[in-house]
Amino acid sequence: MNTEITIAGVTFKNPVMTASGTFGSGMEYSDAGFVDLNCLGAVVTKGVANVPWEGNPTPRVQETYGGMLNAIGLQNPGIDVLIERDIPFLKQFDTRIIVNVCGRTIADYVEVVEKLSDQPVDLLEINVSCPNVKHGGIAFGQHPRSLFDITKEVKAKAKQPIIMKLSPNVTDITEMARSAEAAGSDAISLINTITGMKIDVHKRAFALANKTGGLSGPAIKPVAVRMVYQAANAVNIPIIGMGGIANAEDAIEFMLAGATGVAIGAMNFVNPYTTMEVVKGIEEYMQQYGIEDLGEIIGAVK
Amino acid sequence: MESKGNDLKKKETARVYKQQQIAPGIYDMWITTTLAERAKPGQFISVYTQDKSTLLPRPISICETDLANGRLRIVYRVAGKGTSEFSRYKTGHRIDVLGTLGNGFPLEKAEGRRVFLAGGGIGIPPMLSVAKALKNAASVDVIVGYRDKELFLADDLAQYASVHIATEDGSVGTKGTVIDAIEAERLKADVIFACGPMPMLRAIKKYCIEHGSQAFISLEERMACGVGVCLGCVVKTREVDHHSHVKNARICTDGPVYDAMDVDI
Repeated sequence: MNTEITIAGVTFKNPVMTASGTFGSGMEYSDAGFVDLNCLGAVVTKGVANVPWEGNPTPRVQETYGGMLNAIGLQNPGIDVLIERDIPFLKQFDTRIIVNVCGRTIADYVEVVEKLSDQPVDLLEINVSCPNVKHGGIAFGQHPRSLFDITKEVKAKAKQPIIMKLSPNVTDITEMARSAEAAGSDAISLINTITGMKIDVHKRAFALANKTGGLSGPAIKPVAVRMVYQAANAVNIPIIGMGGIANAEDAIEFMLAGATGVAIGAMNFVNPYTTMEVVKGIEEYMQQYGIEDLGEIIGAVK
Repeated sequence: MESKGNDLKKKETARVYKQQQIAPGIYDMWITTTLAERAKPGQFISVYTQDKSTLLPRPISICETDLANGRLRIVYRVAGKGTSEFSRYKTGHRIDVLGTLGNGFPLEKAEGRRVFLAGGGIGIPPMLSVAKALKNAASVDVIVGYRDKELFLADDLAQYASVHIATEDGSVGTKGTVIDAIEAERLKADVIFACGPMPMLRAIKKYCIEHGSQAFISLEERMACGVGVCLGCVVKTREVDHHSHVKNARICTDGPVYDAMDVDI
């Protein structure tokens, strides 16, 4: 039985990864004893910019039916701290490292990517889909042309393979997926959160200080599965699927829709053992159905 | 499941030992859990609902522990769907908890000094565990503020220190806030441990600046993970935070207790 997958020439011991922003750089869940990082296919870091970002005012998170809204605003310590502190930490483990990169301008992204060029990082995930920052983020990910431009520029400077992380807040996801592929992206990941809003009827005020936030959790899973399926049928590059994955069956569903890798996001907050349980559950599913290689199920439902 | 990290936390299924309502909307629940032995005064636990539509755990402060029987007490206010579900649990009910979380109060700062334990409303429960744990303070005064005559935990606190009461409507003790009670009763302290609503904590901070005393305040914010990864529950800090490298600290992990002078509230 082979649980390995390959994305852009990089082999992962299994398809299970962490969704950016829900796992820090792995330190907290590892130190607390919740997750053995050696068991994961990859750790995907919280988005990092060229300089530290303060993020948004609080409240930054709110619960919603079967999910949650967040408007953290990409608070991060900057690339220098990630290189000094987080990458050496992650190198202690036998797992792949994917750094999520954010910026306000293309030059910001390029600066981060260049600083990572000599780092022991396996892939770069380029965040062009954060709905919670005023400049950058989603602004690059909602128009095929701007997505094409940033992808091309980043790809030209990146030493590692790149994954463009796509937003669901678009009219046609296939158009965006094709744009990323045409500009040279090695893979795509989707979906980032769906822009949402919550109003406190007792206070008659927005529940988040940022007014809007990104919706995540099991509530968005059907939207994510649909978009992964559409994107998989539009491009030939591999897809990392995410959006409300809570257990191995959810992960398999994304793989059947066309995802090569899968990422666990909001459910880490609900059950900190989720990633480990999904790894184990995928193995059990393979045994149950006599699957020798995960290639047999990736995109198997047409 | 548990392993050998250096900041161990655990999620487990506990059992409700007993629960009762002790004031309107205020519930007192003892649970049997191995988290009891790790609990420090001022820490909290995350409590999960069984309703899958309410995914995120509810952070609830630890009121006290009974180590001999492996029990932990939480006293909470029903504020929404999650706490409403908890309030219906009977003896023997299974309840998923994660903990123990946060830093707790720096009890060593109380040694040889005059101490106030200030609690307001649903900020009162953690002060019981502090009152029980303080050993070498020069003096301990507990000042608690309520809305009205529906008091809770005042008798428990009185077992460990002298209790001074303030009520918003003046029905018991001093009419007004905990600061009004401190002033009316001419109480004095070198260090204050406080938990309560933000206006109370701001008043405590102002009191400390005026009186040259020190305050450690326990903060509250909307949380998701409870373990420091999501960056949902931050507070503005005076200096650049060691972890975030910006002027934001994580209340769930670096707090909830801060030196009042270190945070911008």
